[in-house]
Amino acid sequence: MKIELIQPFINATDAVLAEMLQGPAQVTSVSMEEEVYRRRGVAASVAIHGDIEGRIIFDLEPETARRVAGALAGGDVDPTDQVARETVYELANMVVGNAVTLLNDQGFRFKVLPPESHTAEKGYATNCESEALVMCFETPSGKVHLNIALDYSRGHSVFAPRQSA
Amino acid sequence: MQGFEPLVRRKDGQPVRFLVVDDSIFARKNLQRMVGMFGGQVVGEAADGRAGITEYSRLQPDVVLMDVTMPDMEGIEAAERIIAHDPQARIVMVSSVGYQENVSEALRKGALHFVQKPPKPELLYDVIKRVLGDDASTQQS
Repeated sequence: MKIELIQPFINATDAVLAEMLQGPAQVTSVSMEEEVYRRRGVAASVAIHGDIEGRIIFDLEPETARRVAGALAGGDVDPTDQVARETVYELANMVVGNAVTLLNDQGFRFKVLPPESHTAEKGYATNCESEALVMCFETPSGKVHLNIALDYSRGHSVFAPRQSA
Repeated sequence: MQGFEPLVRRKDGQPVRFLVVDDSIFARKNLQRMVGMFGGQVVGEAADGRAGITEYSRLQPDVVLMDVTMPDMEGIEAAERIIAHDPQARIVMVSSVGYQENVSEALRKGALHFVQKPPKPELLYDVIKRVLGDDASTQQS
């Protein structure tokens, strides 16, 4: 996996979390993972197809989801509630949207599918060609996990992305 | 939290009326909260472009805050159809996907502005003030 694909997602996550949660978001751990993804709490997955292929999982621990949804939507929100899931979907949507905007400006073209609920305890095994980068962000509301598995699609030239119109 | 001078309609001194069109409940709540901070009133919500068109016809809001990627009908097409029926419609696109093609197409189809998510309250306030122009004024709270 190439760092130039990952960096926009890190930057976007940082910016979106800082704006939405009104506080700093710091990366506290980064690791590569080739095993099946294990969900931590309320998770959403976003698939990307085009010059770049793969998926991003945005995963909030239950207490973090409760705090974030409560702060943003108002009131006490149960982590299993639809409001908590909607909050995580929209955060994922904003992070991926901001990241693909940066990648699009570099000439990459792709389609982003709407966030989907990731409810299985385990799933999304990676392989040697597309191992996942797992990052943990510490925010004022708790831990947010980002699992990114992206790669250039076959036939796409790394050195000559299409130019914007 | 930053304080905003409430925006009112110049013609009758009433709060500016908004329609929020977004498939995310969370996004609609978030925008509703911001509109409240600006002294405005969300008079209707819709979760897709097609419902947004229906609600626009029914409610005739002063401003529409419209997402781009939605099921059934996307926001840019909905904006185009609303403006075809009401060229005076004031539509602000609010989307996380803010790349140039999206922004250009939305503006070409008649949207007045494009705000990338997450919307910053102070930016959204300025954009709304700008699109309302002389039809709105600020009133000290």
